[in-house]
Amino acid sequence: MGKEQLFFFLIKICAILWTLLKRIFFVPHQSHNFALALSIITKDLCKNYGDQIAVNNLNVAIKEGEIVGFLGPNGAGKSTTMKMLTGYIPPSKGEGSVCGWDIVDDSLAIRKIVGYLPEHNPLYLDMYVKEFLEFAGNMGGVSQTQKRVGEVIDLTGLDREKHKKIGQLSKGYRQRVGLAQAIIHDPDVLILDEPTGGLDPNQVIEIRELIKKLGKTTLLSTHIMQEVEAVCTRVIIIDKGNLVADSPIEKLANITGEKHHVNVTFGSAINVKEISQLDEVIHVTDKGNNRYRIEVSSAEGRKSISHFALKNNLEVMELSSANVSLEQVFQNLTKHVDHL
Amino acid sequence: MWTIYKKEIRSFLSSLIAYIVMGVFLLATGLFMWVLEGSTVFDLGLASMLVMFQLAPYILIFLVPAITMRSFSDEKKYGTLELLVTKPVSELNIILGKYLASLSLVIIAILPTLIYYYSIYQLGAPAGNIDTGAMWGSYFGLILLAACYSSVGLFCSSLTENQIVALISSMALCFLFYQVLGLFGEIQWLNTVGKSLRWFGLDYHYYSISRGVIDTRDVLYFLGFSAFFVVSTKLVFQSRKW
Repeated sequence: MGKEQLFFFLIKICAILWTLLKRIFFVPHQSHNFALALSIITKDLCKNYGDQIAVNNLNVAIKEGEIVGFLGPNGAGKSTTMKMLTGYIPPSKGEGSVCGWDIVDDSLAIRKIVGYLPEHNPLYLDMYVKEFLEFAGNMGGVSQTQKRVGEVIDLTGLDREKHKKIGQLSKGYRQRVGLAQAIIHDPDVLILDEPTGGLDPNQVIEIRELIKKLGKTTLLSTHIMQEVEAVCTRVIIIDKGNLVADSPIEKLANITGEKHHVNVTFGSAINVKEISQLDEVIHVTDKGNNRYRIEVSSAEGRKSISHFALKNNLEVMELSSANVSLEQVFQNLTKHVDHL
Repeated sequence: MWTIYKKEIRSFLSSLIAYIVMGVFLLATGLFMWVLEGSTVFDLGLASMLVMFQLAPYILIFLVPAITMRSFSDEKKYGTLELLVTKPVSELNIILGKYLASLSLVIIAILPTLIYYYSIYQLGAPAGNIDTGAMWGSYFGLILLAACYSSVGLFCSSLTENQIVALISSMALCFLFYQVLGLFGEIQWLNTVGKSLRWFGLDYHYYSISRGVIDTRDVLYFLGFSAFFVVSTKLVFQSRKW
């Protein structure tokens, strides 16, 4: 064997050793303590800024594929929680994981699988859309950047704007660019901080459609209630850093003990006393013009009211259950006594 | 790292700052070497680039901070730092990418002065009568010095959201390390303390390399100096986690 050959042989051995060492020491192991079907888990997550408590013992578990609305008044700790989940800042106490990776120890792994749209959607205004997305793709470790950028541009409807500078775009299009950079590395989990902030109604709907179309595990913060109703399957409400509600949207009303109401309009006046004697009816309010607002014990109340109308030969012009609005629930959960 | 590097270079070249820096550097060195009476090569009567190499460190004290001032303060101000840091790239890679980009820009600004070298080479009597060793040593020293300035500039930029604060503080820090530390060595009553403080100055090592003798101690000093400030920048980065 010549000297050169020996030299190359040694280099090869070094390379193999190096890869082995990397395997052993540098690749973090996904912890299996958590069920894999759960994408985001926080356990007693806390964050203090000095004396101020931003997030206080937050316990949340988000399943794979869920689109979760993250609600709360301004300064409730939504953004802080999101920053912790993306590994931007570490928690003061407690732990969290995304797809089984710890948010402190496996920060790099987390950043690979999370697509993050920060609050206020920061972008390089002097870059061109395509250029910026290529940059984001390269940073995200996308292998075929050009192809992927094309895909993402199609997906977010940026085709006409791709040769413009980001600074020239309107707010709606900038938001799309922000979303595009968040999804460019095909992340498993999306964390979006106010993705529809400051957009016009059409743009809001487009962004929502996009989020739904992506179908990824999504945690999105907002304070627009309709948005939650339109996009999310589940709501998490926090207030002053504390978790105040965590439930599927349909069941949210039950949490605050909201009462069921039925609005009825009859063809002619009725005897209020008679209808009050029905089992499900709790209270009847006469609103004039044969319109009544009836408080019932359950959603089944509507049935017995229509039975009652049939039995008494009453014409029913309108019968609808008055939904408790999410706004109301939100208000009830987060209103404070210490008003000014 | 190279993604950041490419992006930085591109943003330098698409903004005016790169051209201004190159223009000012070449203009200043050109004026002092060839035009302004009293300091030109002709007045000196020697085929050497001493004038440029004495002047360049001072010009760079102004120019390098101008290049580095926006690298992190802008990112902080517009919140794009959060975007960068939440991408799967390590912090050191981000810093090194920006560092190398600034350094490359300074080197690109210095490169055209090779024309001066050629001119003086031809002007020598006879042509080619020039201390080539000292010249290359000086270039090497100047690049190392620019590397140190860049790391200081980057560090100052990471401390603040304000470009101007970054610019002025890094200029002051560069001046301190280049000039002020050296002055301590001349204070009699400080004696050995002053001498050792002088050793910490950039100028001491710069002049040592300029002679054309590339001493490992000097090179190590420059590299260590840069590394110190790069690592400090990383610490500033991590301070958000404290």
